[in-house]
Amino acid sequence: MAGVTLNGIVKEYGAVRVIHGVDLEIADGEFCVFVGPSGCGKSTLLRMIAGLEEITDGDLMIGGDRVNDQRASERGLAMVFQTYALYPHMSVRANLAFGLENIRMARAEIDSRVAEAARMLQLEPYLDRKPKALSGGQRQRVAIGRAVVREPKVFLFDEPLSNLDAELRVTMRGEIAALHRRIGNTMIYVTHDQVEAMTMADRIVVLRDGRIEQQGAPIDLYNRPVNKFVAGFIGSPRMNFIACEVVEADGSGVQLRDPSGRALLAHVDGRGLNPGNKVELGVRPEHLHPVGADENGITATVENIEQLGGESYLYCHGPDGVDVTVHMTGQTALGRGAQVVLGVTPDLCHIFRPDGIAQPRLRLGEAVG
Amino acid sequence: MFGWILGRRGRHGFDLTDWLAFGFLGLGVVLMLGPVLWLVLSSFKTEAALQEYPPKFLPLAPIERVVPGYEQPLQMFTVTAGEHAGRELAQVRRIGLNAQMVDPANPEERLNVNIGDREPLREFGVATENYTGVFSRFNFMLYFWNSTFITIVATVLTVLFNSMAAFALAKYKFTGRNAVFVLIIATLMIPPTITLVPLFLVISQMGMVNSHWGVIWPAIATPTGVFLLRQYMLTIPDDLLDAARMDHASEWRVYWKIVLPLSAPALAVLVIFSVMWRWNEFLWPLIVLNRSEVFTLQLALNSFQGELQTSWSNLLAMTVLTLLPITIVFAFLQKYITQGIAQSGVK
Amino acid sequence: MLKATATQLYDGAFNLFERPMLALQRLFGQSRIAWVFLLPNLLIFGLFTFLPIILNFVFATTGGDRILLDDRPFVGAEHFASLLDCESYFDPNSCHRDLFWRAVGNTGWFVLMQVGFMILFSLITALILNRDIVLRGFFRAVFFYPVLLSPVVVALIWKWILQRNGVLNAGLEGAGFGTINWLLEADWAFFWVVFVSIWCNMGFYVLILLAGLQSIPTDVYEAAEMDGTPRWRSLLRITLPLLMPTMLVVMVLSVIRAVQAFDEIYVLTGGGPGSATTLLIQYIYDVGFATRPRLYGLAAAASLLMAGVLFVLTMMQLAATRKQSGDN
Repeated sequence: MAGVTLNGIVKEYGAVRVIHGVDLEIADGEFCVFVGPSGCGKSTLLRMIAGLEEITDGDLMIGGDRVNDQRASERGLAMVFQTYALYPHMSVRANLAFGLENIRMARAEIDSRVAEAARMLQLEPYLDRKPKALSGGQRQRVAIGRAVVREPKVFLFDEPLSNLDAELRVTMRGEIAALHRRIGNTMIYVTHDQVEAMTMADRIVVLRDGRIEQQGAPIDLYNRPVNKFVAGFIGSPRMNFIACEVVEADGSGVQLRDPSGRALLAHVDGRGLNPGNKVELGVRPEHLHPVGADENGITATVENIEQLGGESYLYCHGPDGVDVTVHMTGQTALGRGAQVVLGVTPDLCHIFRPDGIAQPRLRLGEAVG
Repeated sequence: MFGWILGRRGRHGFDLTDWLAFGFLGLGVVLMLGPVLWLVLSSFKTEAALQEYPPKFLPLAPIERVVPGYEQPLQMFTVTAGEHAGRELAQVRRIGLNAQMVDPANPEERLNVNIGDREPLREFGVATENYTGVFSRFNFMLYFWNSTFITIVATVLTVLFNSMAAFALAKYKFTGRNAVFVLIIATLMIPPTITLVPLFLVISQMGMVNSHWGVIWPAIATPTGVFLLRQYMLTIPDDLLDAARMDHASEWRVYWKIVLPLSAPALAVLVIFSVMWRWNEFLWPLIVLNRSEVFTLQLALNSFQGELQTSWSNLLAMTVLTLLPITIVFAFLQKYITQGIAQSGVK
Repeated sequence: MLKATATQLYDGAFNLFERPMLALQRLFGQSRIAWVFLLPNLLIFGLFTFLPIILNFVFATTGGDRILLDDRPFVGAEHFASLLDCESYFDPNSCHRDLFWRAVGNTGWFVLMQVGFMILFSLITALILNRDIVLRGFFRAVFFYPVLLSPVVVALIWKWILQRNGVLNAGLEGAGFGTINWLLEADWAFFWVVFVSIWCNMGFYVLILLAGLQSIPTDVYEAAEMDGTPRWRSLLRITLPLLMPTMLVVMVLSVIRAVQAFDEIYVLTGGGPGSATTLLIQYIYDVGFATRPRLYGLAAAASLLMAGVLFVLTMMQLAATRKQSGDN
């Protein structure tokens, strides 16, 4: 039993408030990812949970106990740092054993735990090396191993993969996910990379400026972003936004007019919107594709094309000069400068009010498309 | 022909400026090492050889012999000219331009020899008694031990206290940190020589006059050391300390098991400085230590050179013994010492 | 074996302090424990540096020959007045404390000569060592070696050479010159004091200047060479200007230390003959500690005057560095 609960957590540095009363409940065994742009407070939040930063206000509960006043080491957590923070003057074995020696564990028990972790993380051949003599991926595994041997209630990860190259990052992502499946502990993971968040998380918490913007299962965040920020942050490439005007709106859909005067239909709950309102239409690149001239869609000029063989990206100038990105499967015969109509499926549209809040979508999921 | 030795690396040819450069450096070597070498050579000469003028380069001692009928040993000469040419005689005394001499085989008969016609007999003799005398007659070991005690204790405490302070200043955020740091740095500008009188009051009030602790305590809180170590510790990533804290390490353990080992290069520089400072220190011990049994080597040397104007033999040997430890350390750690000093800009 | 013992000692020391430090950490919390780490150093600073600085003013304004403050009557600025009591500051004989003014004059000359020639020689040596020369490490070590010798040893080495029947006189006589009693003739004694002080300090400044020279990027020289700049011109127009910041540091350091010169001079000449080589620190030492009655107040007042001079010198340096960095 080691869920983590945050009640109105606040962090202030002097007069500057960087975390504005965060409430969050992380269930036992959950893999929770904090994601957000740099400076959003995700690392500060993690360090407060870890006990490395003092909590200005609010309650932090781990496994049901309030731990605000406990020191980092007393909270039963383990952390993997962005820089790995391996002790450079100790061998891998000594790095793994250091924390256990600190709590005066019996030598035999330490040895067996270190051996177990080394086996699990394939570190056995490197136990007597210094961190300097290891590759990036191996150092990363030592850092994880150092957390594993402690058998903590909760694992904390602070951007652990950001120092690795792209290929290793994919591998380590899989290894961390596999580790979570195997030992089943609660894990809290901080990253600025939404791909990591989408692929690993049971639950994503999107943060901006010290506040939670939205939390939920990855696919829910993708399908039902509550505001323009989350919509833009989750999904890659980024969602396209096109300024439109409401022509007609009711509970069954919204009729829009784009800047070039074309009519568009979106299956979004239009209650609360009135004709003449300025809104933004949000369509993901993967939901746009060239169609016939008279279908529901927007006009655009192709500026640049990236053909990857199995998939293609079109970078277009849309109505009113706004940039529009299109992600298509397969290859395309279109050339630079081509005029196209990009079809918009009414079910896959998002509509955001001027304050950024999303109108609820009427039908969800890809199945509709 | 020797161009490859003297030439600048990677260049061919050897122009006038190169000759001038090596001329200058050669002169520099003679001027810098010559005096030390002369001291070492002289320290192996007997008292008689030291009195000789002009001095000989190598320790060639004039031979003396005990001649029956004379209390003092007499110096031996070989006669080069005149009626006694070729004989080896002992000189009894000089009278004007003549020397009164005797043949050791026949001490009854006095012979007169012109002083220009005789030359001293010499043998190569290393006067090790200069050194043994330093130990047996001058209690060298006591002063050596006093110096060693002060150097070791002060260095250990300097490294310990300075690194603790540097750790606090480099790795904690607390109100007053900057004020403390500025205060410590400001003392860099206050030379210890201007607080001699009041410092003596403090030391005497603490009953530490004529105690080694009176030399040790004022010396160990060096602003140089704190500054040097703090700058180095700033380069140790904070994550490392946080990781250790997550690993159940207490702050003391973080300091002792993580920060100290990682600061080893900077600590080594401070150790070298501290040893040099304490071993060579003179003015403050001169004020605090007034009884000869607590003298450091430097004080002992100074007081002997005052007392024994004529007994150079032991004084020279003792000087050599005093410069020996630092020289040995320098010979082995030359590279690190010069690098450390060049980088930190302190001495 | 040795390593194992060292490790044991190191861990032993750790264990010795662990429990009390842990207790203190519990007591103060994680961030205030910093003060515990600072405490030993700050205590020593306070007791042996800051307190004496304050006490210096007390001594300077009280009289008598007793060390305890309670036994010392307040005399106000009397010591300063007596030190500064002169008919003409250019003639020590007209001063109440003529020895003080002789020491001031000697120190002034000493600083001028010692710093001037030492920087000149150090600069030449550093420039030569900065050439891509064979045996550079050896030469650098040779020039640096005397820096490590203790002042007493340095003084004795030279005393042995300069003594009446010493090797220098023998050499001169051999070359057909007369002998000189080097340390007993005022002008010569002063010369040798300056010389020996340069001899044993120069290596340090060579090191610093060499480090400064080596931090000048080589591509600047390569560019100059491409431009066909003669070597002497690139020395004057590139090397020396780029070396200025280091030169400034060297100047200030050497001036501050020259003002405080004492050790090797005291052993070499004892300040003599007469007062020909008595510098300020020796005056303070003589007045305060070596002669009776011990005039602590006068010594403290002289220290404060010297501190004032040093303060002005330091400020001048700071201003110069600021101007320097402002120019670039």
